[in-house]
This record gives sequence, structure tokens and C-alpha cells, in this order.
Amino acid sequence: MKYINIDKKNWANGLEKLYGNYRLFGPVKNNKHHVFKELGKGELPDLHYLNTLLSPKSIIFPQSETMFEYSLDESKKDHHILKEIYKDYSPRALIGIRPCDAASFLLVKRNFDTPEYKDTYWLRAYEATIFIGLVCSSPCSTCFCTSTGCGPFHEDGLDLLLVDEGENFIAKILTPRGETFIKSAGWETEADPIASEKTIKNMKIKAEEKIASFVSTDQLKNKSTLKLYDAPFWDDIAFACINCGTCTYGCPTCWCFDIQDEVSKISGIRMRNWDSCMYPLFTLHGTGYNPRNTKVQRVRQRFMHKLKYYVDKYNDGIQCVGCGRCIRLCPVNIDIRRVCDIMNNYED
Amino acid sequence: MSDYTAKIKEISARLLKEEKVEMVIGFRKGTIPMMNEPCFVKTPEDVKKLVWDSNCGINLANYLTDRKEKIGIIAKGCDSRNIVTHIIENKIKREQLFIIGVPCKGMIDKNKITSMFENEINEVLEDEENIIVKGEGFEKTLNKSDVLQENCKICIHKNPVIYDELAADLLDEQKDIDRYEDIRKIGAMATEDKWKYFEDLLSPCIRCYACRNACPLCYCPTCFVDESRPQWVGKSTDPVDTRTFHFLRAYHCAGRCTDCGACERACPMGIKVRLFTKKLEKDCLELYGWEAGLSLDERPPLDTYMPDDPDDFIK
Repeated sequence: MKYINIDKKNWANGLEKLYGNYRLFGPVKNNKHHVFKELGKGELPDLHYLNTLLSPKSIIFPQSETMFEYSLDESKKDHHILKEIYKDYSPRALIGIRPCDAASFLLVKRNFDTPEYKDTYWLRAYEATIFIGLVCSSPCSTCFCTSTGCGPFHEDGLDLLLVDEGENFIAKILTPRGETFIKSAGWETEADPIASEKTIKNMKIKAEEKIASFVSTDQLKNKSTLKLYDAPFWDDIAFACINCGTCTYGCPTCWCFDIQDEVSKISGIRMRNWDSCMYPLFTLHGTGYNPRNTKVQRVRQRFMHKLKYYVDKYNDGIQCVGCGRCIRLCPVNIDIRRVCDIMNNYED
Repeated sequence: MSDYTAKIKEISARLLKEEKVEMVIGFRKGTIPMMNEPCFVKTPEDVKKLVWDSNCGINLANYLTDRKEKIGIIAKGCDSRNIVTHIIENKIKREQLFIIGVPCKGMIDKNKITSMFENEINEVLEDEENIIVKGEGFEKTLNKSDVLQENCKICIHKNPVIYDELAADLLDEQKDIDRYEDIRKIGAMATEDKWKYFEDLLSPCIRCYACRNACPLCYCPTCFVDESRPQWVGKSTDPVDTRTFHFLRAYHCAGRCTDCGACERACPMGIKVRLFTKKLEKDCLELYGWEAGLSLDERPPLDTYMPDDPDDFIK
């Protein structure tokens, strides 16, 4: 494994060089919160943050994304024909994402990239992106990443991992793409691999010790789906829920969307927008029938999907990376850690 | 606040034991600082989980809509006014309710307190006048009055307007409060500046509808933004659609809003959504001398007609 030492004095300069080769995205403080956005020329990512308010999923999977456009003007030869619109899939770099968020992209890839279906919009954006992670030395009290198969120094889904040492970053190169990236920035000072590995290992242990939140997930797979579905605790869990979509919109692993046509005069677009299982409209049939007509059903769906159906379908843990955003953002304090423990410990 | 909690538990346990109600709706202690979770309790043993402190800003009237049980509900001033509005609008019957009134000392502003500290807040404690904020390597005592929710700072109905039993003695209400300074300031802006102000205000909106869903007034079976036949409003993040949602929602609350602040508290993006509803609240006060939810005996101004209406258009 190769390690590069980036003196922070050369940080801005390196990003400047990268600017022509990549579209750069990073966390910036916007009024009160940190958010991921595309960086302008000379704009630096602010890497002093706990985590961003919303996840960076929108960089690959925008909340609203136009797919096609069409004309309704019948005097035109190509009227009523859907045409793909141009999109910029030139190389982009997501700088300073947390390991939990990086892991989330691999998780949602399961949905967008299957042998049967390839979601071309998500995949092209994903493939155009290189992921530059930033280790998490001060996890939040709501972080439970180590319970989800992830962790503050987790490397899956990353091309490069940055470790902040104060005056400099140690950059651990994880993929050839990461290596290309670091070369284009002109950061060439190699760090001693043994010393670097040791530093990182020590910091990792310290960071993991700071994780104060844990959930138990070991029994979920063995539970009967129907018994969990019919369990008596859902009324209590769902009571406070106001059925807003905050948890799903903030979540890096929620992938649902809705397709809409919007027509203005003689032209139209077909777009997709994030959707949420919290909304009644999500399941409303054309007939007017709604199979998930009550709040309790919708709340149950969200947790059953993340903590049971997904577990059973992919046999690789829960559909959650433990970033804790839904806990921090929920207006009524519904806490997935509590729900997960209730489900995991449920004895019918 | 522990005396409030003790009294709430005592009343709730009694109501459940005597089977006067089937459930009591209140708050249980949150899992993170400055948050409590609305909950119900159905047995006298269960009342131990009920709490009352400065983190009970969610409006519990929202949890009464169309319920059929006999319910005990814990109601601060604004909740009680929304209960009145719910009764007037036939969303619950007075006879179904046993209202445990809580004279409210104000709720603290989670966003404001969070933004005052660089590091994460791990614990927030309180006494009568102070809020003690703790995190890794810091501890700070704040004056509670400095960190109240904006609507609580200017509240003139701390005491419940309707109740069956009180959890504490009634409080003195604030007098001579200027409730509308911010609204006048926006009103005085030039048109373009005002528009720019609204654009900036709403730009972080993610259309999650937490504001609407936290609001006890927003109980329509299908909200206009969710109508699909016809579809009135686009579903994307187009600012036109976002504005349409917020402006129309505010108008739907005209003459009904009690400025409980649940919408603003619920917003994950920290948008000051109350500014819209407050403007209409101000209009209702100035045009009709009306404050929502104060009496069961009066119809709200926008659902009554009087033959001597001074406006000609209606004749």
C-alpha cells in the first residue's frame, strides 16, 4: 500500500491543479450547516466538520433529475419523442466524504446496478466519480457505524483516504484511480508505509473507542418476517411519526424515486425526484386503493425494509451505514437504534 | 420542571386507573439532547416514562386528529389553543378529552443552541432559569430566556386556555409584547428585496413537508401538493413549486394558526417558516381582532359570514 504525505501548504495548490481535470465537490459551511456542493475555482472544502447535514448522495443521485425532454409541437417532425438530455459525466471528485457515506454508495449500488437492471443515470454519475475519504476522528454521539459493518476509518468505497495529522494529511492510496488523482495534484512526497500504517492504526483505535452508540443486529436474520411484521410494538414506534420525509431524504442509503412529466405549453420534460415511503402517495394505486394507507404501515415499511427485508435479500447486514442523520434530523425523535434493538430482541 | 413531571404522572396515572381515559398523550424522554418524543401511555404503570421539560415543543394537538378514544392530553398554552381549533373544526370532540393543562415556561431553540457551539453537544440540563450545555471539553450555562424558541419569546398565551386539571399554577402572561417586529420589517421592504428575501429564505427547502406534517392545522386527507388528479404543484425542487407550497400552506392556516412554532421546530433545514403564517396571524388580528383558538364559542373569521360585512365584494 502506498502512502503520500500532503503538506497542508500544498493543499490549495494541488486542488487548483486538479480543478481542470475534475469537477470538485466537497463540504462547505452554508449559513449554519455543512453541505456538499460543487466547489468553484479556488474554493476549498472545509474539512473541519462533524458530518454534513444531508448525505452526499445527491451528488450522484440528485433530488430532482431531468432524464428526457420532448416537444408537443406537432408541426415538428420529432414531436412526442423522448430525447435524452445532455449531462456532464466528466470526471468528478468527491473530496472529504466520511467513510460511512462512502460505504453508502456501495450499498445503494446493489439497487442501481443489478444483472437485470442498470440505472444508467446513477451508474454513469457513480463511475465518473472518485471518492476521497476523510477519516472520522471525532464521531458524533449518534454515530453507530461500527455496528453496521462500517467504521470511522473504513475504506470500502473509497479511492483515497485522508488522515488529518494537523500540519499535513497522510493520503492512503486505495485504488489506481486514487493514484491518478494524487498524481494530477502534484502531491508526490511518499510517506513511510510502516510508520503511516502504524499512525493510522493508532488513530483508528482511538476513534473507534469514541463510538458510544451500538445496535444489535445479529438476530434480525433469524426472525420470522411475518412475526416481526405483526409484532405489537409498531403502534408505539410509529405514534410520534408525523410522516414527513426527513429521515428518508437525509439518509444516504434511501434510494426510492418517483418519475414525473412536467409540461409547459408545447414542451415537456421527464424527470425523477426522490420519493419517500413515509408519504401516502408513494403507494397510492391508480385505482385509488392504497395498500399502505396508515402511518403505522408506512413506518413499519421503512424499518422492515432497512432492518429485515434488505437483510434477508442480500445477506450482508442492514441497509444502514450508521451515520445517525435520521436520528439527528427527525423532528419527533424516532430513533432507529431503539427500533433496531426492539426488532432484534423481539421474542414472539 | 421535575414538579411538572411529577404532577403530570400523578394526574395521568389517576385518569388511567379510574378509567376516565383510554390513553394519555404526552412526551417521553428523548434519545438525544434537546429532544423529547411524543408518546401515548395506556396503563398507570407506564406513566413513569412521561416527562416535561423545555424540549416539549412539538404540538400534541396534532396527535388528536380524528381519534375515537377517550384521551388524556397534556397541553401547554399553544397546544390548548390548537385543541380548541380542532374542536371547532370537528377533528375531535370536547367530551373525548381530559386536558391536563401545563402553564408553559417556554421551549428552547435546539437549532440556536446547536449553532452556538463548534463541537457536538452531548448533554443539556436545565433548572428554572438556566440551560447547562455540556460537550467534550466544554460546559456552558446559558440564560434560558436567551435561547427560547422565537415564538416562545413573544408568547402571550403561556397558560392553557382550556383544561380539566392543571399540572402547575397559572403563570403571569407577558404584556406589551411587540409580536410583529420582524413582519413589519419584511413588509417595509421594496418588492424586489422582499422577493429576494423569500427566495433566500426558502432556498434550503427539501420539500420533506416536516413543517406541514408537524402542524396540527394541516390535517387534510390529501394535501393540495399531493393531489395527482389534477396535479396542482410540481414535485421537483423547482423554486416555483417550493414557493407555491409554502405560500399556499400559509394561507390555509390563516386565522387558524396559533404560532405554536411546531413547523419551524420540525424543519430539518432550519427555515424560518413561521414568518409566513405570522404575517397572516397579524392580518387576522388587525382586521378582525382575532386570535385563533381562544374560545369554543366563536367561529374563526374566515369561516363566518356577516350580512353587515364592510366589504362590498361579497354582497
